[in-house]
This record gives sequence, structure tokens and C-alpha cells, in this order.
Amino acid sequence: MNQSLVDYTLYLADNALILGHRNSEWCGHGPVLEQDIAITNISLDLIGQARYLYQYAAELKKDGSTEDSLAYLREDHEFKNCLLLEQPNGDWAHTILRQFVFSAYQQLLYQQLQRSKDEQLAAIASKSLKEVAYHLRWSSEWVIRLGDGTEESHKRMMNAVDDLWMYTGELFQAASYELGAASKGFGADLTSLKSAWEQKVKEVFEEATLPVPTNVSMKYGGKEGKHSGHLGVILAEMQHLQRTYPGAEW
Amino acid sequence: MISTKNISVDKIWKLLEEIADPEIPVLSVVDLGIIREINEKENLIEIMISPTYSGCPAMDVIKMNIRMQFQAHGLKDVRVIEKLFPPWTTDWMTEEGKRKLREYGIAPPNPRQQVCDSKLFAESEAVQCPRCDSYRTRRVSEFGSTPCKALYVCVSCQEPFDHFKCH
Repeated sequence: MNQSLVDYTLYLADNALILGHRNSEWCGHGPVLEQDIAITNISLDLIGQARYLYQYAAELKKDGSTEDSLAYLREDHEFKNCLLLEQPNGDWAHTILRQFVFSAYQQLLYQQLQRSKDEQLAAIASKSLKEVAYHLRWSSEWVIRLGDGTEESHKRMMNAVDDLWMYTGELFQAASYELGAASKGFGADLTSLKSAWEQKVKEVFEEATLPVPTNVSMKYGGKEGKHSGHLGVILAEMQHLQRTYPGAEW
Repeated sequence: MISTKNISVDKIWKLLEEIADPEIPVLSVVDLGIIREINEKENLIEIMISPTYSGCPAMDVIKMNIRMQFQAHGLKDVRVIEKLFPPWTTDWMTEEGKRKLREYGIAPPNPRQQVCDSKLFAESEAVQCPRCDSYRTRRVSEFGSTPCKALYVCVSCQEPFDHFKCH
């Protein structure tokens, strides 16, 4: 078994699942009906992407794991998602900023993975890219709408940037399995990805009249399983049913 | 039980045409363009389907309905396999499917992919109202009641409608 391929696939899956779960918490609470539907549709896309990735990881592991056991029966230290994605939803500005930052990253990442030497990762990436294009356009427009909106909406976007920017560095800090994946030609090279991401952020932030923060002290750890308490809370809710009634289906 | 050897590929397509999309029952799975390949092997029929959107819950139902349809016709050895690459596109929807959608009140996808342009605040594409045929329509939200649809409203007849978006 190729351990770095399994870990890398789980990393991609965990990112999609945790953000998908966070977005799903908006269901029934969106600011207006259309945007409630938008954020939960994005959630559905992400959870769907996570399923393909977990199914593939389970197939690679060959130890009886299933997509469900990987999502519902792992402990928080086994999850590899970036800290950014487990942050609480906050207000709409926080949710929008988190989505924008991540979609911009995911689009560039999947564009590289389309050419992955691993056929299944390449297939999942090209399938997901079409969905990510919608997520990125939608979240970019909202960053601009709020940033260049009213005094209140601008202030809220600034607060979101203050609260979340410290988690953006981790996206580009390669974990050991990402280095392994990149060297074997099935993972992305994060260095080249970073400058393209910064360019995208700069474009959208300029239009949104938001300054791009500099000299922020970054927080790391999620990719290596060192999470904030927020992930534990997510897992407690998300895994409760499978842990209480193992194998429950409906 | 009928042996799978005795069924023609034409007949398999006919059986598939009877299976409706659970979310948009006016479309068959063939109209939707998700049936990519049919392989007849020794006592086994393999049907390759291409999922629409990653998280679309209709896909699991469709897979089950395909197996049930073949079982109902005495064909038990049917495998439905998801094929992710090349990714599904609305270009694969049949003309017949587009016509049925319009009649059902859903604007079909435009012939050319226009939406996934990354340009921000782009003019929403010209989508024809399925009720009054006007092109004076406006997008309300690019996300709708299912992952494949966007919400539109017709400026001419004031009716809201769903648009099956290009993908």
C-alpha cells in the first residue's frame, strides 16, 4: 500500500467533508432563501467530492474501511483537514471569506491534480473542478459585494479577515504526505500554487476594497492531526449517530 | 430467468429509456446523457454511468432503479458502475431531453457552455423563458432546488422558472 497516496487522498477528503459539514450548518439559517440554498448546494457538492475521495481511500487501504468508517469512525487526531475549514461559521462574512479562500485554493489544486499520475485522483479532480468554478465565482462576488458594500458590511469583512487570515498559511505548508505525493507525481506542488492563489486573492480584494494582510503570524497543525477544539465539536455532532447505532442506515 | 446472453443492446437501451430521473421525472436517464457504455459479458451486463453533480442524491436512486428495472425483466446479473472520467456535461443531454424539459417548464441548458466562465458579475446568459419564449429573463440565483438547476425569473411574463444549467 502506498501510504502517502492514502494520506494524501484522506487529506483532500477531510478538507471537503469538514467544510461541507460547516456549510450545511447554514441549512435553514441563511440570510435569505436563495443564499441558504446556494450555501447548502455548495455543501452538497463538497460532501459528494468527499465521498469519492473516501471511497478511493478505502479501496486503497484494503483493510475493511469504507467511506462511512473513514468519515464517521475516525478520531479527531486522525483528521487531516486544514484548521481554516473547522472554524465556526461566524457571521455571513466569515463564511463567505472562508469559502472564497478555500475555493480559490481548491481550484488551483484540482487544476494541477487533473494531471496527476494517479488516474482516480485526476478523474475526481476534473469532475470536481466544474463545481468549484461555481463556488469560486459565487464566493468572489460576495466578498466584493460585502467588502465594497456598506460601512457595516465592509467592517464585517474586515473582522472576518482579521479572524481567519492566520489560518491561510497552512494551505501552502506541505505536510510530509504532500511532499511524498508531489515527488511521486500524483500530488500538487504547493509552491507554484501559492503565487497563483495570492494573485487571485489580490484581484478580488482590490475590487472589494479590502487590504490583503501582511506579516500575519500563521497557525499550523490541522494537516498533521493537531486540531482546535472546534473539530471535536463537529465530530461529536457528525459522528454521534454512527457511534450510538453502529451501521445505522436509512 | 432470461439469460443475459439473449438480450440485445437495443433492448437494454429501451429498458433504460423507461427509467426516469427521480428529481426531474420527465427526463429518462438516457435523455440525461449519463449512460456512457454498455458491456455485455458472459452472463453479465455492465452499465457505465457518469454521475451528474458529485453530491447529487439522485445518483444512488438511479443506480438502484436501473438494477430494479432489469430485475423486473428477469435480468439479475447487472452491474452499474460509476465512471467519473470524462466528467458528465450537459452537452450529452439529448435533444429530445431538452424538448421534454422545456415542455415541463424547465429551461434546458444552452447549447454552448457559458456559465463556468470565471468572470465575476458576468451578464447572466440569455435563457429563454419556457412559458412565453421571451429572452428577457434574469437570474435570481445560480443555485436552485437541485444541484443542476438555477433560479430565473421572466421579465416579460413575470413567471419564475428553473433553468437546467450548463455544466
